[in-house]
Amino acid sequence: MNTDFSPEDRKAWMSLLAQADETQLAALWRDFADVDAADTARDPGFDWLRPPEAGGVMVRGRMGAVGAPFNLGEMTVTRCALTLRDGTVGHGYVQGRSKPKAEIAAKIDALMQTDVAADLRAAVLVPLQAKGQARKEARAAKAAATKVEFFTMVRGED
Amino acid sequence: MYVAVKGGERAIDNAHAWLAEERRGDTGIAELSLDQIRDQMSLAVNRVMAEGSLYDPDLAALAIKQSRGDLIEAVFLIRAYRTTLPRFGYSEAVDTGAMACDRRISATFKDAPGGQVLGPTFDYTHRLLDFKLAADGEVPEAPTNAPRMETTPHITEFLQGEDIIEREPSSDVTPGDLTREPMSFPAGRAVRLQSLARGDEGFILGMAYSTQRGYARNHAFVGELRIGKVPVKMEIPELGFAIEIGEVELTECETVNQFKGSKTVPPQFTRGYGLVFGQSERKSIAMALVDRALRWEELGEDNLGAAAQDEEFVLSHSDNIQATGFLEHIKLPHYVDFQSELELVRKLRREAQELADEMAAREAAE
Repeated sequence: MNTDFSPEDRKAWMSLLAQADETQLAALWRDFADVDAADTARDPGFDWLRPPEAGGVMVRGRMGAVGAPFNLGEMTVTRCALTLRDGTVGHGYVQGRSKPKAEIAAKIDALMQTDVAADLRAAVLVPLQAKGQARKEARAAKAAATKVEFFTMVRGED
Repeated sequence: MYVAVKGGERAIDNAHAWLAEERRGDTGIAELSLDQIRDQMSLAVNRVMAEGSLYDPDLAALAIKQSRGDLIEAVFLIRAYRTTLPRFGYSEAVDTGAMACDRRISATFKDAPGGQVLGPTFDYTHRLLDFKLAADGEVPEAPTNAPRMETTPHITEFLQGEDIIEREPSSDVTPGDLTREPMSFPAGRAVRLQSLARGDEGFILGMAYSTQRGYARNHAFVGELRIGKVPVKMEIPELGFAIEIGEVELTECETVNQFKGSKTVPPQFTRGYGLVFGQSERKSIAMALVDRALRWEELGEDNLGAAAQDEEFVLSHSDNIQATGFLEHIKLPHYVDFQSELELVRKLRREAQELADEMAAREAAE
């Protein structure tokens, strides 16, 4: 068992997994889990507590951005919960309707609470975070290039 | 007399088979993939998500393909699908102040902190058809500059200092949800905003335009328009804490409107608000104008009898799925209804003719 993580840590990795690009997540997970087929600690057996199901979450906004809340519309979310043979429980809550993505997220959530946490963080979470950050920065860099630089025409009165 | 009529199954099956063939079109031309629709028809995808009231770009792309590009039909498909989804819960209210802005402009403050960021806009294009797009072409990489990663403050914050704009009272009262309880009037601002956010873009645009042309005029400036992604947080009941369950792209518009004041409020600016899924700029501006017009009563303004001030009129007619359902049902078989109308009109005509004949006979006799 790895108990060396804070609730903040867990929130952060679950949030990262929820928003991850599925193709990237699946590839990183495969690389981690398949590195040594004999090492079952990396992809152990599990039982479903709740098999993956797709549903909707009503997204809320606020009037005038800061006032009272209102319901804006729904988004799709897939969730599941599983337990590893040692009893560790993992939850997957991911955006979209992909059951495989939810399953990977729940497995990673469970394994981050075990002794493979450090390896798993390095192999999956860190690169995932970096890719997400790079994507954000690339968009922000393009936005920055469209920032208007005003210049004032001086009128010749004096 | 009620006559049950059966039949038409084969005709319907064959019509649907032909529909599938027509949807596919010429098989000598490559088939559209959902990825292509999602990425290259993204504003259509955004509109279907906004009016379908379900944020899922892949599903919206599928709906557009299935509907042959009929966006109201696509919205219909999304709404129908949405009803099959179990509701996992409600998110925390999104913090649009933390938006990673692709675009952020203000028509009121030139030098707003964070600047005027145009983003990928159609504004300032010449609206001339670009025939280069008709041929395959490589698109050059867009220029970049040093990215600004800090959050961009809302423009209205700057006016708030002087109290020269009305304050938006903060609250965490649970808003009504028109997907759970049928709408009743007065609906209140929360349900109005939900309804406008999923309302038909054309209808909301028309209503907003009517306010600009003088029906319930309230002279709006776009205080701020921003487009970008925000994380969506939700409390996970089995964990007892909130996580980000995803991120959505939103367009937010805050208008600053003239207000002469009322008996209780000094002259100050008032606010209209628009928030829409996806990059939906026209819709969010229109939504903010209509939101502001519908606030006449709480602001102590006169009811000028304008359509855009009439909550029941606006909200009852803005939903294109309700509207199209009722409108289009009249093309479905009404043979029995029509038969009875036909009998009635024939009877009235017969009676009128008899009366005319009688009058003529009486006149001739005299």
